[in-house]
Amino acid sequence: MASGISAAGWNLRTYLLLARMWIRVSMTYRASFVTLTVGQFFITGLDFIGIAILFSNVDALAGFSFSEVAFLYGGSALCLGLADLVLGNIEKLGTRIRMGTFDAMLVRPVSVFVQMCADEFALRRLGRIAQAAGVFVWSVVALDIDWTASRVAMVPYLVGTGTVIFLALFTIGAAVQFWTAESSELSNAFTYGGSTLAQFPLSIYPREAVKALTFVVPLGFVNWYPSLYILDRPDPFGFPAVLQFAGAIAAALLSLLAAVVWRRGTRHYQSTGS
Amino acid sequence: MVCRRRLSFRRYSTYRAATLAGIFTNCVFGVIICFTYMAVWRQNPTAGGYDVTDALTYVWLGQAMLMTVAMWSGGATDDLAARIRSGDVALDLHRPVSLLGWYLACDLGRACYHLLTRGVAPTIVGSLLFDLRYPQDALTGLVFALSVTLAVTVSFGVRMLVSASAFWLVDDTGVKQLAAVCAFFFSGMTVPLVLFPGWTGEVASLLPWASYLQVPADVWLGKRTGLDLIGALGFQALWTAILLWACSAVLRLANRKVVVQGG
Repeated sequence: MASGISAAGWNLRTYLLLARMWIRVSMTYRASFVTLTVGQFFITGLDFIGIAILFSNVDALAGFSFSEVAFLYGGSALCLGLADLVLGNIEKLGTRIRMGTFDAMLVRPVSVFVQMCADEFALRRLGRIAQAAGVFVWSVVALDIDWTASRVAMVPYLVGTGTVIFLALFTIGAAVQFWTAESSELSNAFTYGGSTLAQFPLSIYPREAVKALTFVVPLGFVNWYPSLYILDRPDPFGFPAVLQFAGAIAAALLSLLAAVVWRRGTRHYQSTGS
Repeated sequence: MVCRRRLSFRRYSTYRAATLAGIFTNCVFGVIICFTYMAVWRQNPTAGGYDVTDALTYVWLGQAMLMTVAMWSGGATDDLAARIRSGDVALDLHRPVSLLGWYLACDLGRACYHLLTRGVAPTIVGSLLFDLRYPQDALTGLVFALSVTLAVTVSFGVRMLVSASAFWLVDDTGVKQLAAVCAFFFSGMTVPLVLFPGWTGEVASLLPWASYLQVPADVWLGKRTGLDLIGALGFQALWTAILLWACSAVLRLANRKVVVQGG
């Protein structure tokens, strides 16, 4: 147990060390860093303007108002942004395997997972996170939420579990590349696709699809179920209210799956030998 | 040049697994957006002058055009930017064929490949899952094909200008990012331009990016008929002419610059 904790501490320290190194690299070109950060802010901002344009044609979407959809959008984009900041470049694993640079990582005395997570750590992603947080805060102000203590507590719970779910999805998507050594587009369908999906009320989907999003690919737990609780809305599908608190279980199970797939992937990996 | 186009087609068709993964991703996004639009049109059945069938068809046309016009940038013009950085472009500028024609041929080959794979496959999946609209007659289909070709040439012109910025900036990452965002938003990929409120829609439909998706989609859906149909093609042809002219002017300027640097 003690050795497990010290190993985790060591991994965290090396992660921060690597991240700091990459931040220093990006700060060498300060103007470029600022432009890219501001750029990210506006790029994801246009997504939200798209939603605003949709709402200039309708006043509600499946019974949800603009500010409620903004709340869902902010939550989903925030979780994706945080996960992307922590290990966004893990999806470049396939490229590294093809280039043969992955072998260099294997001989270093640091966990390969930590190295892949911190690889080219991009602080500019704060731009996207700031935009998502901005929308989130705006929606909270615009909505008239009855802030009980449990609802307040639900906000960090939403951000925490949602981020972990995306972290696990990113990891699984990358680990699959141990077998395919191919592009990251397949995992994009689950990460970016999942975030797009979670931006809108799940009540726009058929009941069976929402069941799948609860029990198969647990994207519903990113923000839909906790948001129902915070916004004080009955589940449109009549699913049990206990699901609104079950995000941690979904996140834990998915992380376990991610760990297993990653471990199997590293075992499976055979260098090209070139 | 025809030969060049065929070679380019073959180059892209080497990566089969990547193509399959891409098709899968197109389909996932297509389904997600379809359900969103179904909710929008349930609330407002005539939004933007479309009915729900038009809207769902538009979604799959968007997925088909995404790679065909290389909305995220990329394509043959990326090679040019890389060759400018490495200096190899000095050779290209002195080949006995036109640089612009050479890259256009490459890009048309790429577009052909992407249309036949990333364009057709998701559309088939979409048509199996949802009730879509198809061109009413052979003429509409023919004009649509022409419109798609012009969409590629307009997008090529824009991407070529972006890549040529590397002659002055060396690194075109920032410009490329900006261009991709504009393409995504003003082509009607984020939201159909017909839904843009008031004058914003009118302005957006005059910009070159409208040629990427909104114009071909309206042709396919039969929203533009008679003289209006000719107007649609004329709009795309006009932007093609303006952009290709701008490209050749920029390349002439660049030619002088490269010579000054001594290649």
